[in-house]
Amino acid sequence: MCQDCGCGDANIVPVDVHEKILAKNDSTADHNRSHLRKAGVLCVNLMGSPGAGKTAVLEATARMASEALSIAAIAGDLATDNDARRLKAAGILAEALNTGSMCHLDAELVHRALHHFKLPEIDLLFIENVGNLVCPAVYDLGQAVNIVALSVTEGEDKPLKYPTMFAKADLVLLTKTDLLPYLPNVRVEKIHDAIARVMPRPNVIEFSSNNGQGVELLLDWLQAHRPAEIYA
Amino acid sequence: MHEYSVIQSLIDSVETQAKLHPGAMVKLLRVSIGELSGVDTTLLASAYEVFRGETVCADAVLEIKPVSARWSCTKCDRAIPRGDVLRCAMCDAEVKLTSGDEIVLDQIELEVL
Repeated sequence: MCQDCGCGDANIVPVDVHEKILAKNDSTADHNRSHLRKAGVLCVNLMGSPGAGKTAVLEATARMASEALSIAAIAGDLATDNDARRLKAAGILAEALNTGSMCHLDAELVHRALHHFKLPEIDLLFIENVGNLVCPAVYDLGQAVNIVALSVTEGEDKPLKYPTMFAKADLVLLTKTDLLPYLPNVRVEKIHDAIARVMPRPNVIEFSSNNGQGVELLLDWLQAHRPAEIYA
Repeated sequence: MHEYSVIQSLIDSVETQAKLHPGAMVKLLRVSIGELSGVDTTLLASAYEVFRGETVCADAVLEIKPVSARWSCTKCDRAIPRGDVLRCAMCDAEVKLTSGDEIVLDQIELEVL
């Protein structure tokens, strides 16, 4: 490198790239999305903290809808297939996707998992992401919609602490509302206010897998988001 | 720690670029990371130090430009103050993210002999 004459380092060549670093993941995600849409499948990326109640949301949904709709799920989990077993017991066609130490799913992992399903026979495919409010928000999987499960026990300001996750959400399920009588310090209106500061089109369903609150609202929302045209 | 997989993808795309310039050495990477991208710049920098050895980036400095999140009204373009409800106080219209979700490789600098 020239350091003598101020010639501007003629041997250094800048190359403009201006490319998304995750472009490869995004293109695999688009591929997944187009497959799913063509097969008439509504694909939901379900995210939330560990213990937010993601698996219970799917169980409650299946209890009410499994006769009318064919529901499948990919259950992302660091080490076990416990969630996939629970989902199968609830009548959901479920595949476990162990990520080892990986904190999120990516589009390639989902693409490989999709090969286990007969997509044209499925109405709803849930991707139950790894329990984590940070990393899963970064990776597009090919879903049509993002749902975030947030339990009332997690703290009123949780959305403010994890704005990226909520900025990307199409719907928030405020779960475990049946516990509210035991949580005198949790003000639901504070949670709604926090969500409105990080989610551009706030849309929240108060939900309880135990007493069934919100399950019908969720099913209506899902029905409204199912792909209109089915080419399969 | 998805920053490790972001660095892996970054090094892959730098490799693709470097192949177009045989014999050149990669000296600098410039990336933009948005505040709402979900990527932590400190973790990204340390993940880069862990992974760059024995890759095309071994001698390259990583320069990270943090980009602040900006929401603005879809109707009047007014910027929404930080921490406010994400709805335009003037025209009650929806808002959109105008910057802050970038995970972008802007430029690389190559040393050619």
